[in-house]
Order: sequence, then C-alpha cells, then structure tokens
Amino acid sequence: MRADLEIIQKWIPANSRVLDLGCGDGELLAWLQENRNVTGYGLEIDADNIAACIDKGVNVIEQNLDLGLGNFANDSFDVVVMTQALQVVHYPDKILQEMLRVGRTCIITFPNFAHWRCRWYLAHKGRMPVSDFLPYTWYNTPNIHFCTFTDFETLCSDMQMTVLDRLAVDHQYRQNVGNRIWPNLLGEIGIYRVTGANAR
Amino acid sequence: MSSVYPADSVGLVSPKVAHFTQPLRLACGRTLDQYELTYETYGELNATASNAVLICHALSGTHHAAGYHHADDRKPGWWDSCIGPGKPIDTNKFFVVSPNNLGGCHGSTGPSSRNPKTDRIYGADFPVVTVEDWVHSQARLADLLGIEQWAAVVGGSLGGMQALQWTISYPDRVRHCISIAVAPRLSAQNIAFNEVARQAILTDPDFYAGHFVEEGKIPKRGLMLARMVGHITYLSDDSMGEKFGRELKTDRLNYDFHSVEFQVESYLRYQGEQFSNSFDANTYLLMTKALDYFDPAAEHAGDLTATFACAKANFYIISFTTDWRFSPARSKEIVDALMDAKKNVSYLEIDAPQGHDAFLIPIPRYLQAFSGYMNRISL
Repeated sequence: MRADLEIIQKWIPANSRVLDLGCGDGELLAWLQENRNVTGYGLEIDADNIAACIDKGVNVIEQNLDLGLGNFANDSFDVVVMTQALQVVHYPDKILQEMLRVGRTCIITFPNFAHWRCRWYLAHKGRMPVSDFLPYTWYNTPNIHFCTFTDFETLCSDMQMTVLDRLAVDHQYRQNVGNRIWPNLLGEIGIYRVTGANAR
Repeated sequence: MSSVYPADSVGLVSPKVAHFTQPLRLACGRTLDQYELTYETYGELNATASNAVLICHALSGTHHAAGYHHADDRKPGWWDSCIGPGKPIDTNKFFVVSPNNLGGCHGSTGPSSRNPKTDRIYGADFPVVTVEDWVHSQARLADLLGIEQWAAVVGGSLGGMQALQWTISYPDRVRHCISIAVAPRLSAQNIAFNEVARQAILTDPDFYAGHFVEEGKIPKRGLMLARMVGHITYLSDDSMGEKFGRELKTDRLNYDFHSVEFQVESYLRYQGEQFSNSFDANTYLLMTKALDYFDPAAEHAGDLTATFACAKANFYIISFTTDWRFSPARSKEIVDALMDAKKNVSYLEIDAPQGHDAFLIPIPRYLQAFSGYMNRISL
C-alpha cells in the first residue's frame, strides 16, 4: 500500500463510514473495505482513477471538490480523508470547513512548502521549487495553494479545529529525528487528524 | 443466404413470446386478464440462473436490443454497441433478457393488439400502464424463465427508470442496478414536451379518439410531429450545430413556408416520417404518460432517500454532460439520495457532446466504464 495510506489506515476505526476526497485509484478505500469492514465513497474527477476505483469495487462518485460538499449531510461520515489534495483545491479553507461539517474527524495530508529544500531552491535559485516530489513548473501546476506546517497550524487555530494527531514525514513517509524536532524545516509532508471545535 | 456477422455480435436472433394468463392488476386500477410479452434473449442461462441481465428499453425501444433478425438487416438491435461477446454486457458471461414493454407496439400486448374480450383492437381502450406495471410484468417473465434474481437490471432513460423501480419493487431480486441518463421524476419542462407530443397526436384528425386502426387510418402527421419535438430533446445544441448548423438543402432561400430549406428541417422530417411508419400512436401516448407518472418518491412525500431505504442492489448511475433532457444534476439527485440511504453507488458523468442520445452511442469512456463495472459482477 502507498506509504501515506499505510499511516492513515491506522487512524480509521473498523466499521466506520469514510468519505475519501480525491480518492485517486481507490487504494485506501479498497483496503479499508477488505480489512476493516469500512463503508463509504470516494470522490474523484480523473477518468482513469474513476475506472480504477470501479475495477477495485470501490464506490466512486464523479464530483469536483471545488463545488463543495453541499450534497452531504452534517456528520454523515465518521472520517473524511483528503490526501495530497489541499493544495489543489480552489478554496482550501472552505473545503476544510465542509470536511469538518460532514465528518466527525478529518484526515488531511499536504506537502510542506517550508521544507529546507524548498527554502534553499527559492533562496539559491530565486525560482519556484521543482523537485521529483513536486515536479511541476509554476504555470502548469495543479498545486495552486501551497502552505507550510506553520500556516496550516495557524489555519487550524483560526478555524478552531482541534488537532488530534500530527506527523511530519519525509517524501517516503518516514519519520526521523530531524522531522520530529523541526517539522516545519525538515518535514516534507504533513499528516493531520483534526476535528471541529464543536465536535462531541 | 449466408452472412458473416461481426465477431462481437450476438448474430442472428429471433424474438420469443411469453403468454401470461394470471391477471395483472395495474396501477390505474384496471386488470389485464391475459397478455403477451415479446422478448429476445442472448447468451446462455447458467445452471444456478445467477447470470441473468434484464434490459429495459426506453420510449421508442423494442425487445430487439442486439443482433440481427435477418441476414440482410442493415442495422442491428438498438443497443448492439453494448450487448454482445466482449461488449460491456458480455453475452459470454451473461444471459441477457430483453422484453418489449406492455403497451408497446412491437409484439407485446398493447393498444394495437386485439382485446380477447371484445375481439376488437384495443386502441384507446388499452389501459394506461406505468413503470411499476412494467416491472411487475417483467418479474412474471423472470419467474417464467426461472430467474429468481437478476445479476443486473440495466436501462437508459425510461429504461433506467425501470431499473431503479426494480430495486424498490423487488429489492431481493436485483443485485446490480445500472441506470443511465435518467431522472428520479420528470420536471415540468419534461412533462411540457411530452404534452406537446401528445397534443400533436390527439388533435390529428386521423386519430379517431384512439380507434384509428378500425377506421383504417394512421395519425401520421401527429405522430411525426410528436417524434420531431421529442427528437429535439434527445440531441444537444452542440450536436445539432455540429451535424446541421445552418446548412441549406437548396442553394438559396425560397421565401416560402413549404420548402424544406435547412438540413435540420429535412432531418427532423425524415426522422418523424420513419417513426410514424413504424410506431403506434396510442403506444406513444402511453409511453409519455408512463414517463410523466414516474415518481417513486411520491409515496414517501417526495423523499428519495426514504424511497431507496429498502433497496439492496448496488447502483451504477451514469449521466452525460450535454444531456439537457435528463441532465447530470438529475442523476446526481438519485446518487445523493442513495449515498444518504447508505447504499453502494458509483456515479459517472461522461463528457459527451451528443445530448440525451449519448447513452446509445459507443463513446469510448462510457463503454470502458460500463465494461469495467459489468466485469466485476460476480455470478
């Protein structure tokens, strides 16, 4: 299983109802269905990914996250997951708000733009960072809302979210001493489990 | 005469007729004491009867969904692009049953059949049938064929409505519901178009209050107009623009009202003309009424979630971007209700320029996604 999903699955209780935003090829839901008796849906807009979900027997709904989650009732899912999509959506704060409304807990992963390599690239070359992990140039990137760990934590606090778990990992989703001590400098990817201020 | 059919065709097929003598009580309150359903089958029913797929047809469809009736047929059945060996509804895997609906005009008992009680053609005396009635009659056909549970019930448009109704009326008898280019109920605009079509037929002097057969007449003009207005709603603005634009049949404008000048006029007249030669006007009226009346949520005060609460099937809903008759938003209403009711459902919105008719067209992503789902159905 994809390394980030390996981490995330541990935070998803058995028998829970899960909504996976930008579910990709459905790997997480397929595994959870198989091993944790989880039910739920993946939202996706890429045709090949949708086909892959169908092949896996994952419930997939063709729905654009930028149009919101208005079709889902409050608290209708135990867990709402969004991996590597926060930086792609048009209104990250609004989608977070929606996730907190629809789900009791939310799991979010995103790339940390304050990682030392990004900082060095920008400082040294004076250009927007391009790497194997983030391979796009500024004008054709789907990533339109980069943030840092500190930015995200600030947003969490502004939105009165409670951070239940946080992990800073490298691009292979490994933890080490460095990214434990200086997450905003040495962590490449953030993995957060949050809940809304008014959650029970 | 010998003929070679494509390898992915079901080849030469012939319709069968099932005769039912157990009275069928209809939603309108009337009862059909006996009736016939004409149907075709493709593929083989397996030993446990677990591989049966029911095809439900749309407004002008027939039981002839795939293959050829005669070696020299120019065109195969109406959904040949989706039914056959290796096609989305793979006849190597599935046993496909495709009936003509009750009230139809292609073999099943309908307005153009003889009423055994009076020995006269039913005409306007044929009862109004609903989607629910069709589903009940199809269930009797399933009984007759020894099919306790369909692996899948599949249909587009009005056929998709029957597929949905199956999951509500017979939750234990459907494992998968594939409903394409559909709506949970007609909008006022949809009903309005149907009403124009009906008025075209009803006001045709050759309609004779529905007893035109006995008068030796056909309300051809009315039927033609009905088809023309219907046909406009099956296409998209883009597809009509692409196909006809403002292209003229003649090299100049005639400044009169009777010449066929624009290509689109010629096309619509041809479609109407063809249709009026092969379709029964009373059946057209019935089909449009069945569409207008379809509203499974009505019994639940309009609550679609509650409507599907009893359903046990897995759902696969597909819409097409330029379909304005039953737009993606209408399919989404169904999908949202199904998710709210915690049912297994997947939903695809296929980018296609062809409008409502797209469900009949072999669009690569559509066929691939359709195959992907059907392949996973376990028998």
